[in-house]
Amino acid sequence: MLRLEQRQQPSKLMLYLTPVLAVLTTMAVGGLLFVALGIAPGRAIYLLFIDPFVDSYNLSQLFVKASPLILIAMGLSIGFRAGVWNIGAEGQFIMGALAGGAVGLALWGMTGWWILPLMAVAAALGGALWGLIPALLKIRFNASEILVSLMLVYVAENFLAQMVQGVLRAPDGMGFPESRNLGRNEPTALPDVFPALGINAGGVTMLVLLALAFFLLQKHALGFQIKLTGDSPRAARFAGVKPGVIIALCLGVSGAAAGLAGLFELTGAAGKLTIDFPLGYGFTAIIVAFLGRLNPVGILLAGVVLAGTYIGGENAQFMLKLPAAAVTVFQGMMLFFLLGFEILINYRVKRLRRAV
Amino acid sequence: MSVLLEVESLSKSYPGVKANDEVSFAIQKGEIHALLGENGAGKSTLVKMIYGLVKPDSGAMLLEGQPYAPPKPSMARKSGVSMVFQHFSLFEALTVAENITLGMDDAPNRRELSAKIRAVSQDYGLPLDPDRLIGDMSVGERQRVEIIRCLLQNPRLFIMDEPTSVLTPQEVEVLFGTLRQLSANGVAILYISHKLDEILALCDHATILRHGKVVATCTPKEETATSLAEMMIGGELDIHIATTFSPGAVVLQLQGLDMQSKNPFGTSLRGVSLALRKGEILGIGGVAGNGQDELLAALSGEEKIAPAMIELAGEGIGGLGPNERRERGLLSAPEERLGHAAAPVMSLSQNAFLTGRIRKGLAPNGVINARKTNDFAREIVKAFDVRTPGVQVAAKALSGGNLQKFVIGREVLQAPEVLVVNQPTWGVDAAAAAAIRQALRQLAADGAAVIVISQDLDELMEISDTFAVLAEGRLSRPQPAEGLTVEEIGLMMGGDLEGANHAEA
Repeated sequence: MLRLEQRQQPSKLMLYLTPVLAVLTTMAVGGLLFVALGIAPGRAIYLLFIDPFVDSYNLSQLFVKASPLILIAMGLSIGFRAGVWNIGAEGQFIMGALAGGAVGLALWGMTGWWILPLMAVAAALGGALWGLIPALLKIRFNASEILVSLMLVYVAENFLAQMVQGVLRAPDGMGFPESRNLGRNEPTALPDVFPALGINAGGVTMLVLLALAFFLLQKHALGFQIKLTGDSPRAARFAGVKPGVIIALCLGVSGAAAGLAGLFELTGAAGKLTIDFPLGYGFTAIIVAFLGRLNPVGILLAGVVLAGTYIGGENAQFMLKLPAAAVTVFQGMMLFFLLGFEILINYRVKRLRRAV
Repeated sequence: MSVLLEVESLSKSYPGVKANDEVSFAIQKGEIHALLGENGAGKSTLVKMIYGLVKPDSGAMLLEGQPYAPPKPSMARKSGVSMVFQHFSLFEALTVAENITLGMDDAPNRRELSAKIRAVSQDYGLPLDPDRLIGDMSVGERQRVEIIRCLLQNPRLFIMDEPTSVLTPQEVEVLFGTLRQLSANGVAILYISHKLDEILALCDHATILRHGKVVATCTPKEETATSLAEMMIGGELDIHIATTFSPGAVVLQLQGLDMQSKNPFGTSLRGVSLALRKGEILGIGGVAGNGQDELLAALSGEEKIAPAMIELAGEGIGGLGPNERRERGLLSAPEERLGHAAAPVMSLSQNAFLTGRIRKGLAPNGVINARKTNDFAREIVKAFDVRTPGVQVAAKALSGGNLQKFVIGREVLQAPEVLVVNQPTWGVDAAAAAAIRQALRQLAADGAAVIVISQDLDELMEISDTFAVLAEGRLSRPQPAEGLTVEEIGLMMGGDLEGANHAEA
């Protein structure tokens, strides 16, 4: 019989090494999977995990994919620290893109530097409001924010479908269910800042917000209250923390971050609103947040790694005929191994000898 | 008498600490044997090894001459060793019989069990109805359930960890009667306690531990409380206490404080009134579960009530939250150290920030001043002799007594106008308890007003100027502590709100 026994002092070093170990294990187990599929494992692993980080074209794409992941994960991590489980970032991502996109489309034909910032504000508000629905239901009725936020993803998806077939449909789009292309319209297109690195205005905003999050969690009393709420809700009350405020704040902030990411995706990589606009970033960001240990610096690294699997997965898809679901499998494996190793850090496995 | 259990040079180390170092002692059949020692002396580790919860690194045990090394508690129980823990493991929503069934390795059917429970409870003078819900029972009654659960297994050795910390004086007498009867029937009892007078009154032999080693064995009847305490702490017990009481103006006033308890098994406060003066220590006695937690929550600001129910320096503050009250000088220290007064995984420094932020100005404009916060934490550690490698250590890594010193120190060093503490020395060793009481005394001498909620009557008599009892959510009228008799206190505990001095009212 095996039993888990809590360790007195979990190793600090291992705590930081686990994400690396999780990625390595995913490669190894993935290799076995490729063998089973009849694909040369070495080449597949290279395409999936190495190529995205060494090929210069891929490198420029890397940050484009990583930015929204990191931005969303940053927002989620603040909530996760407080024990507020926002699983619906995907929905907030869509609503942000819709709100920001609607503003951009309403101002179609106008010019001015202020248009894009205004869209960003609208996107952040849209995402935040979508996030505040589960917050209010939790505060008022103690409804699980996990379920409500997740369910609202599907509401958002259907709302998006309605919009692109209705009021937001491009008038000159020959009836296709998609909006005008905001990415090809100067006042609404996201400007590139370091094109070679794939860093656009969204990426810069993301880095600034990440630094702010770092400051909030490490140096600010509010960050302390957030962490305290997650660690020990009763002590938090004693310290004067109002639980409702923290819940609303966490869901609002993570919703706003996801909404902003939605807008950057819309005005950058995607260009227009379509039914297929959401790519699952809102869900992948949950993995990014945990792989990065809910720590802003860790999330930055984890976001790049996960973005790599997206790019590597696409390449492997047409070069090796790998099924599209393989990427999702890899991402899932990574989270699985991460959580598994985490248990082994905090607990040791003890073999129980049968009683004599 | 012959030897029942022989412990031979048991050792157990945890990373960084030798919890037990070559501990040897013997328990005779049918004797009541005391295990005495400060917090962190290694008592818990030792009994956990005897009960099969912890495996010794080296050493051996003999039970009636046979090698005894229980790999787990169920094996210990099979060998006739039972234990009642300080914290009960009972489900409040289940009945007595259901709870007892859950703990049994081979439970008989319900009717048979109920009959057995009734028989055992009658034999030992522990009245208990098998069909009652645990949630409706007092702490003393719950302890009975735990005891009977053990007795049903016909133990030869019965371990009790700090059994009286939650009992009324009357309940203590009942318990002692039961233990003496068990002992007369040949059951040996290993009795762990801090309370020296109990050991003097009850125990046949005592083994005293300090820093994981046996430092003395004695026959309590030949000792005094002071000599036992000296053996335990390895020095003289200093209990010089200022007793001059000259109260100043009223600073805190409660007027007809009513509060519904949030906890379904809690006790609502009903019409609690008192007037607390500067320099006064008000001791509030009473058995746990009579509204103590609720009173602390109402005073700390965790629960809000009508503003006028609490007046601090003439201002109605019942509607204010904890930090607004701290700003005005009303501080508090709840009973539960880990998870309420302090966050377990956070460092001492962060825990110092937890309540010290406002009065110590640790986060002007919201940005945490790390240097000032660390300084404050170090100040607490130094002033209250908190034994820790540093202030970056997690709160849960400290022993209970050390953390308690930290929690009390954190509030005292913020120079409160009014300090409310619940169970300030619960589970704390004699030396630390004396230090904490001394600090509270000093605080009052410097002009603050203090409310001490405690179940330890000796403690309350020692430090209080005035005394009241909380019974079923009502507070008796506070009166001078000096000259109160046990009978008068008993009356108050029974719900007589006026206490003894009817004439004055």
